[in-house]
Amino acid sequence: MDLTGKKILLHDMCLRDGMHPKQHQITLAQMHAISQALDEAGVPLIEVTHGDGLGGASVNYGFPAETDETYLRGVVGTVKRARISALLLPGIGTVDHLRMAKDCGVSTIRVATHCTEANVSRQHIALSRALGLDTVGFLMMAHMVEPAELLEQALLMESYGANCIYCTDSAGYMLPADVTARIALLRDRLHPDTEIGFHGHHNLAMGVGNSLAAIEAGATRIDGSAAGLGAGAGNTPLEAMAAVLERMGADTGIDIFKLADAAEDHVLPILDEPVRLSRDALVLGYAGAYSSFLLFAKRAESRYGVPSHRILLEMARRRTVGGQEDLIEAIAIEMASEQASQSAK
Amino acid sequence: MQQKARAAIIGPGNIGTDLLMKCLRSDWIEPVWMIGIEDSPGIQRARDLGLRVSTDGVDGLITGWAEAPVDFVFDATSAYAHADNSEKVTALGALMIDLTPAAIGPYCIPPVNLDAVLANDNNQNVNMVTCGGQATIPMVRAVSLIQHVRYAEIVATVASKSVGMGTRDNIDEFTRTTSAAIAAIGEADEGKAIIVINPAEPPLIMRDTIHCLTTDTPRETEITESIEAMVSDVQQYVPGYRLTNAPIFDGHRVTISVQVEGLGDFLPTYAGNLDIMTAAGLRTAEMIAQRRQQ
Repeated sequence: MDLTGKKILLHDMCLRDGMHPKQHQITLAQMHAISQALDEAGVPLIEVTHGDGLGGASVNYGFPAETDETYLRGVVGTVKRARISALLLPGIGTVDHLRMAKDCGVSTIRVATHCTEANVSRQHIALSRALGLDTVGFLMMAHMVEPAELLEQALLMESYGANCIYCTDSAGYMLPADVTARIALLRDRLHPDTEIGFHGHHNLAMGVGNSLAAIEAGATRIDGSAAGLGAGAGNTPLEAMAAVLERMGADTGIDIFKLADAAEDHVLPILDEPVRLSRDALVLGYAGAYSSFLLFAKRAESRYGVPSHRILLEMARRRTVGGQEDLIEAIAIEMASEQASQSAK
Repeated sequence: MQQKARAAIIGPGNIGTDLLMKCLRSDWIEPVWMIGIEDSPGIQRARDLGLRVSTDGVDGLITGWAEAPVDFVFDATSAYAHADNSEKVTALGALMIDLTPAAIGPYCIPPVNLDAVLANDNNQNVNMVTCGGQATIPMVRAVSLIQHVRYAEIVATVASKSVGMGTRDNIDEFTRTTSAAIAAIGEADEGKAIIVINPAEPPLIMRDTIHCLTTDTPRETEITESIEAMVSDVQQYVPGYRLTNAPIFDGHRVTISVQVEGLGDFLPTYAGNLDIMTAAGLRTAEMIAQRRQQ
């Protein structure tokens, strides 16, 4: 694959997807330091939101250290060149949150739905576009449908006004051929002006490989995260992605060494635990469960004595979608009572 | 036997038709009109069942009013269409039972505040909140009856097939109306609502998680008893409403999980979210009709 001179937009996730492993507790000072370092490294677009998007502050997903508004105003005021994006999941966040984010100065709104439910995003995508924002339709858990169905949903988001459509591998389940099939069909059938993006998780260590497959099939936006900070085994490691793209001749505008410094000096020190390809993360990717379920399963394990990877397998078996964190505790209770009745026999 | 109160249903879709099936069994309500905007399968079904139909919206009801007036009008359309419908119906002098999240009139969650709604004879429009609200606000109130709830949050997980275009086009209405009613009727200082749509096959039965944060340490025994009593109240009109596990107490958090299985009148049983709306709407009309007879 020759990428000489090809422009690829790398989008950093560590201050949004990275909120999951941090249980949404990244401090405003850490946000300042990290966004400043990413900005200096030339990262063009940085996402800043609660892990579950605008309005995600909740018992169900976790209360953040600061409000979305405080984070967004803080980071927008810190960066010099980078633009800032916010994520919004209809059903959690509303157009009121979207207007607030616009007021804070974000350039980009990404409206995320499960890969079969794009038609809940019409009002949010339409408003974002009407407000003149870069508007992305973000189809999550895209491994759960065939390429043709993903295309149908992508066409809906495009018709509402999205100027970019993402194929989102929320479970880190896809293999390169899965990515190729989906992105190639989207590229072939969406409007030529509509950009295509890919968001990976590293649960099967496929982050960089899958992203390259996406680029080869026509994607021009790629999500990654400095130091890989993200749910599950993390997102595609951004510094590795940028280095690979530079070696292949692509133009990302990023200074690899400065990005590596940002990851090493500012992101790594804030980790509570290493974000790595653990047994739980492997199960997420192998069986196809939403990556942010990981810490909830670990908490349920410590409270109910049921192995977290078994809970995650059950979540995948029930074909759960993003947002169903509340089922994890219920499943753990069920499994614990089964365990108790079996050991009583 | 008492004279039944007469009712019209606006919206011959899934909810309107399910409501029609329930009305046909009612001892208190007689369905007279089905009102749509075109000659749809739902209109045809109502016509076959002997109802008067309008394919010209509420204007058709106005035209036929002299021949067939009604006491109640159920609006099973959308929040967008409701304001106009409500104005016309109120002018005719019928009581509007609003099954959309428009929430022009006071909220009604039957086992929680039906008495208060009934006590006000001036109500011209009663709002049934949302499916998520009907399924969860009784649980919030069960906790707030025992002690102060500073924050209540609900997560409604519903089958993709049970969510119609009205809800999808304006999902924010669901979130806003449910959140507001959690606080107002559930009596929590602050309310928050989340809806998750799952396309799994076979479709999953509606599932709701209710998280309450109490100001003081939760009094577990009293709260559990209050929850069980409230579940029985809801079961009077939604027999498939049940707790999926015992309430969870974790610090100041009380978490309740319920499942809502519908009766399967017109909608399949997994669509408990729609069933609880039609059942609550009908129950509200029945109770008002009973009171008017007395």
